[in-house]
Formats: sequence, structure tokens, C-alpha cells
Amino acid sequence: MTDRRIGVYICYCGGNISDYVEVEKVRVAISRDPGVVVAKTTMFACSDAAQEEMIEDIKTNKLDGLVVASCSPKLHLFTFRAVAERAGLNPYQYVQVNLREQDSWAHQHDKDQATEKGIRLVRAGIAKCALTEPLSTMRIKTAPRVLIIGAGVAGLRAALSLSDMGLSVFVIEKEAEIGGWVGKFGSMFPNDRKGIDLIGTLAGEAGQRDNIKIFTSSELIEKGGSIGDFSVVIQVEGKEKISLNVGTVIVATGFDSYRLTEGEFGYGLDGVITLPDFKMMLDKSNGSLAFNGRKIKDIAYIYCVGSRQPREMENPNLYCSRYCCTAAVHTSLEVGKKDKSIHQFHLYRDMRTYGKYELLYNSALNNGSVFIKYADDDFPKVERAGDKVHIKVKDLLSHGEEFDIEVDLLILVTGMIPRKNNKLADVLKLPIGMDGFFNEIHPKLRPVETVIDGVFIAGASQGPKTLAESVTSSMAAVSKSAALLMKGYVDLEPLIAKIDPERCVWCDECTKACPYGAIEKVSADGKEVARIIPSLCKGGGTCVPLCPQDAIDVEGYTDVQITAMIDSLIKEVK
Amino acid sequence: MSAGNSNSSRVPRILVFSTNNISDPGIDMAGGSHMSYSPAVLVIPVPCSSGIKPSWVLHAIDAGFDGVFIAADGTDCAYLQDCTKRTGEIVQKAQSLLEKHGHDPRRLKMAAICSVCAESFQSHMDKFEAALMKLNSTEEKVAQ
Repeated sequence: MTDRRIGVYICYCGGNISDYVEVEKVRVAISRDPGVVVAKTTMFACSDAAQEEMIEDIKTNKLDGLVVASCSPKLHLFTFRAVAERAGLNPYQYVQVNLREQDSWAHQHDKDQATEKGIRLVRAGIAKCALTEPLSTMRIKTAPRVLIIGAGVAGLRAALSLSDMGLSVFVIEKEAEIGGWVGKFGSMFPNDRKGIDLIGTLAGEAGQRDNIKIFTSSELIEKGGSIGDFSVVIQVEGKEKISLNVGTVIVATGFDSYRLTEGEFGYGLDGVITLPDFKMMLDKSNGSLAFNGRKIKDIAYIYCVGSRQPREMENPNLYCSRYCCTAAVHTSLEVGKKDKSIHQFHLYRDMRTYGKYELLYNSALNNGSVFIKYADDDFPKVERAGDKVHIKVKDLLSHGEEFDIEVDLLILVTGMIPRKNNKLADVLKLPIGMDGFFNEIHPKLRPVETVIDGVFIAGASQGPKTLAESVTSSMAAVSKSAALLMKGYVDLEPLIAKIDPERCVWCDECTKACPYGAIEKVSADGKEVARIIPSLCKGGGTCVPLCPQDAIDVEGYTDVQITAMIDSLIKEVK
Repeated sequence: MSAGNSNSSRVPRILVFSTNNISDPGIDMAGGSHMSYSPAVLVIPVPCSSGIKPSWVLHAIDAGFDGVFIAADGTDCAYLQDCTKRTGEIVQKAQSLLEKHGHDPRRLKMAAICSVCAESFQSHMDKFEAALMKLNSTEEKVAQ
């Protein structure tokens, strides 16, 4: 039994739930469950009227628990937490039951079974709610300053936007020069603007702002504190150390170009170079193109070099680098502008000039470029013959016909690889994905957030991106940062781990398991025990099953709550 | 042997541990796409699959579930790079625990379910349900 006073609201969702689940039957079934004081159905639980009714019920009946069975918590968890809060109920004593996406919509052909499942799910929600405790968020005053790591196009653009909003920005750049890859290039897609000019404009503007400070030849060497109030130490030119207090950190460290091994696609032979090297050569050339003193008449490009590699390779890059097809096609158009007589052959696997970049592909076709599609498992073979580079390739578009192509220059269209940032990842405790790039919480739902609250990732540090996509992602990181800092404070989620000091015998298993350094050793009642550092704990719970003493729980997912939910889910439905 | 395993004619009851950020959106998407799977599949969301206690798996089977499915974060986990390894170790421990208590370890299954893995989730549920039905039937025959 329980002395809790819980209100349960089961939503029709205007028929989305009630067409497939007998909502009234669910209400009757759970109305006598332990702790249930109010059990109601409602047409739209999220409507203003329903929310007001809940607030009234909570106040009138002195409820200390709230369960809403409606849609996925992804949609309305925060809506109903706010309802609880407005009624004076602790928001963490609210439980949402997913009766739509995980019941009515999945079982439209079996109303009886969907109804029975609904009863089980709501019962589990009530059981969990009965074991909730009031929890408090930790409110931290935020420092209106941002640290941006990386002064490439993503970092500089982010700095200007944050500055526009009145926030102070520190930009640190590992290299002696700012600008990253974009700053090295001439004309770039999508609008033929020169990368060097683009960086010049951004840097010029940043230089005029009082609230932007750029440090070159600098690295982040220490980070303390938590979201809203980080203490960071940067080292300039390997000597001077500067301490800063910032509210958020944006990581925009960019990418590296794929590094070929000797002999890979003929790399190392005279006349075989990478796309970035060719791009820089092309940008600097005036008039006709020449390589090592020889006029260039024929060029070939091999695509997908260092991307979409075969799984059987050692540490293959399985991903598509996204930008390289368009970059190679755009480069070939630039070649055509310099010398129309040059013959160009594009040896590709799949042409991924997506979106409006298809127009560039069409232009290349119309300007005489020849496109040859090679198979995923049959790569072109490259050798040097006389003063030419000789390429053998089977063309899938002409039923596997083998072509021998002789060119003056072979361009290897190399993809992006993650920049080696082990030290930075270690200082920030940033997770790295399987592809080696920094990992976001969710690629679609939370694409620039990391599990380290207040640390955002932008641009190609997160994964291969075009210039435009890098800037877009940096703007997303800016809006996330600014939304946090301009509010002036941040409330930290209390759904984190807790340790029972009576059970804990300090065996150190939990500290070894935690990648965030969120557990420390303290003395309590004459013995050494583990203690959670709330601002560092992410609430993932990886320490929970590793504790030999069963001394750790995660708030909201405690042992007793999960066990009670299991019992409620399996309980006979009458 | 748990009471829940004694009736081979009944649709197997499956408890799914899914994760808030990764597999739960995938399961939501299955529902949102009106992909049908057994109504005897019931989901408890948790933060990360590496935080599931083996004792919860045992408790579920003891209580009457026919099988437990861990819809793991896999390589998409935002918390841990080695989440798959850690969750794998939990599965091993939980299967040993099941065996120790007289349950077939095949009653626990794990697979990575991503945030858009709706079809994969549906397929795993159908296959797991069929496997559990077979297991229930075999155990019932042995018991007779």
C-alpha cells in the first residue's frame, strides 16, 4: 500500500488513442490502484483547459503525484512537468506514459489487446510515480561568455553571431594563422566566392569587435566547473597560461584531409596529387595549367578516396565525406574556366552532388567532362608510363568496358577524416563516435549538443560537412549557447546517480566505470565512501550495475521503481 | 521455472528495456508508422543500456515475462564510446544469472536499435516472439 495521492489522466488524443484503446476501460481498471485519488479521461491532455483542470485537481485534492497517459514523452514531458510545477507539485513527481506511439498506433488491429496493454502501461506509470521523490534542480548562474575552439569558418561565424547578441567570445586557434581549410582556398562552391576572401571578411569584422578576442597558437589545457560556469585555462604559444570563465564552449576544430599511403591509387607517383593540393595549385595559377613544367592537357579524378572504404580494410572510413563529389565537380569547372581545351575524366562510384549542386554536375557534363562509373569492389588501377599517368578502369555505364586513360595529372578526390584531438577530447571529456568525429547526443533531435552539458560541437569536427552545412551547424550551436547564457541561469537536471553511503564500501568500481570523473572519494561517518559530483554526473547509470554492493541508483530509474514497474506490467489484468 | 513460461499457446510476453535518446525514438517511430508488432511487448525506458541491472532481467523472467529484449544504444550512444561492450558484458552476466536460476539464457536478447530503426525493431520483436514460442513449447514438453 501507499499513502501517496496520485492523479491519473488518460488522453483520447482526439481519437488517436481512443480509436484503438478503450480509454474509459483503462480508467476504470486503474482507478482503484494503490495511491490513485483522481482518475480521469480527457479529449486532449495537452489543451489549456485540460491543463487547468489538472492544476485545479492537484490543488483541491492535495495530490503529490501526477501521471498523464498520452503521447510520447518526447513531445510533452516538459509540458506536464510545467503543469505540475504551476500547481505547486514537484515536477519530478510527474510520470508520462506513452499510450500513443507505443500502444494505440502500434496495435490498431487489436483493440482488446491494445486496451489490456494500455492498462499495464498506465499501472507501471502509477507504480513508478508512487515511488518518486521530490527532486530539485541545481540552479547555476551563467557567465555571459563563450569559448570557441577553432578559428575556421564555423568558429569565426559563430563568434560574430554571439557577439551580435552581446555575448563575449574567446576564440582559440591551434595554428599560427586563423581561417582553417577555407582560408587556404580560392573559389569555392556554392557561390564561387573565394575562401580566402570569406575568411578575410569574417576576421576583419571580428577584429573590430570589442567583445571578440582571438588567440592563435593556443590550446585548451584545463577545464573545470560545469555548464554556465566553466573555468578554463588556455596556453598561448606553449608558454603563457590564461584563465578564463565561460558559460559555454563551442568546439569547431574542423577536419583533416584523408592521408594516403604510398602506392594507394598511385599516390607517390609523379603526376598524382590530392584534390586539396590541386585546388591550391589551381587557385594560384594564371592562364594555362602546368605541372612540374609540363602543360596539362588531360586530367582524371578518382572519387571516394579515403571514404566508403571496404569493411575488410583495417580501420576503414565507412562514411561518405559528402563534400568531395561537389568539390571535385566544381574544381573541374574552375579548370574549364582556365583552359577549355583540357580533357577531364571523372572516375566515380556514386555521384553525390546532392540538392542544388546537381546543377554543377550538369554544367560539368555540358562542358565536356566525361564521367565513368567504377564498381565498389573494382577500383581503378594506376601506374606511371613515360611522362603520363596511366589508369585502367572498368565502366559500369558501358557494361563493364575497360578503358585505358592516359593523363598528365591524376587528382585523388580525398575525403575528410577526423582531426586528431585526443588531448582536447580528454580535457573536455567529449565522447568520440565510431567514425572518430565528435559525437552529438542525437544526429537529428539534438545535433550540436553533447552529453557534456554546455559543450557544443559545430562544423566538420562532428562529421563531414560542406562549407554551408558547417556554417549552419555553427549557427545551431550559437542558438543553443545563446539561449542558455542570455537567460542568465541554467537549471541542471536532478535525474543523476546517487550513492547509499551505508552500503558503499569504497571499492572504486564506480569511479573506474565513470568516463566523466563524476564520482569522488569522501569520508562519511568514519569510513571512505563514494560520492556523486552532481554537476558532472550525466545520469547514464553505467556505474549502477557495476556496484558490487548495489549501492547506486539513478534518480527516476531506481531499483525499486524499475522492479515495481516490471511487477505492474506483468500483473493480471482484470 | 516461472509461471509465465508454462503456456506455449499464449503469446509470449516480452519486456523491452529501451533508451531515452536512441532506441525509444526508434520504437516510437514504429508506432508512428503504424507498424504492427505483438501487444504483449511492453517497454520500460532507461537512460543508457549500459545501466541495466542483470537482476532486473532475472526479476522480469521470474515475474512471468517470457523474454527480455535490450534495445541497446550500440555505437550511437551519446554517453559512452564503448557502450556496446559494456552492454554486452551486462547481457553475459544476466544470462549467467538466468541460467543459475533455471531459466534458458536465450530468454534475454540484445540488439542495437537506433532512433530510426522502426523496421528493425518490428523485425526483432517478431523473431524474438517466434523464438520464445518455440522455447516455451520445448520446455513444456520437457516438463510433461
